Amino acid sequence: MTADQYPKIYFYRRLVQAKLYIDMHYAENIDLDNISDEACFSKFHFVRQFKNIYRRTPHQYLIFVRMKKAMELLKAGVPVTDACYEVGFESVSTFSGLFRRITGEPPSRYLARHQELRAQMIRSPQTYVPGCFAEKNGWFRD
Amino acid sequence: MITKMTHTSVYVLDQERARDFYVNKLGFKVITDVPMGTAHRWLTVAPQEQDGIEIVLMPVSAGGFSPEAADTLRELIAKGTFGVGVLTCNDIYATYEELKAKGVEFTKAPKKEFYGTEAVFRDDSGNWFSLAMLAE
Repeated sequence: MTADQYPKIYFYRRLVQAKLYIDMHYAENIDLDNISDEACFSKFHFVRQFKNIYRRTPHQYLIFVRMKKAMELLKAGVPVTDACYEVGFESVSTFSGLFRRITGEPPSRYLARHQELRAQMIRSPQTYVPGCFAEKNGWFRD
Repeated sequence: MITKMTHTSVYVLDQERARDFYVNKLGFKVITDVPMGTAHRWLTVAPQEQDGIEIVLMPVSAGGFSPEAADTLRELIAKGTFGVGVLTCNDIYATYEELKAKGVEFTKAPKKEFYGTEAVFRDDSGNWFSLAMLAE
């Protein structure tokens, strides 16, 4: 069976386009109703099929993407308020509460922990690299 | 008794380009990205939902090879000589369409095999992976 013959190819393409739309526009005020319209599905059918494939409803997936991006920003040292707005949340308290519920710690602590981790990596990179790799490449000789 | 594999290496032609491919196209997460002095960088990634394994994106230039061996290895990688592993997904048709839309090159479209449905794609260097949805 080739790609053009597999079952429901247009169905898959429409759902994938909707997912990619969320991936690209997560920071904007996305109207998920519009996405189901553009994918040519009824809202109910769209949500059900999206969840079948991605294990999350479109709304849950949007929150997941925003949180994943927020974690990346915090890991890179971006302040909590900036990270919150940059990923599309309009309220820092909503963002912080959700972040805490998902990760188990408030974003400020997550930021501080990763800043310390990053500093530790820079100070002692050998702690994070299996010795055989470092030794083979002579990374810590000088 | 060996209990786990924690690290495995993929030789890549360009480490920064590989990071972009594995993170932004395949959707992997970065586990460790730390400079090793001024000339090298330890960069590991993993599939989004898998913990406990780090794929080391190792540039050929940091592999400790002689110049001749490094040139030969680059040539073999670019030709698609090396298969790196099997990646699994929830829905191979959706994953195939998504990766194709992102510009990933497939050498085999999803095809039903006796063990499940499989496609094959190449990374930005030329290494190939099997993408599989295993039969239930």
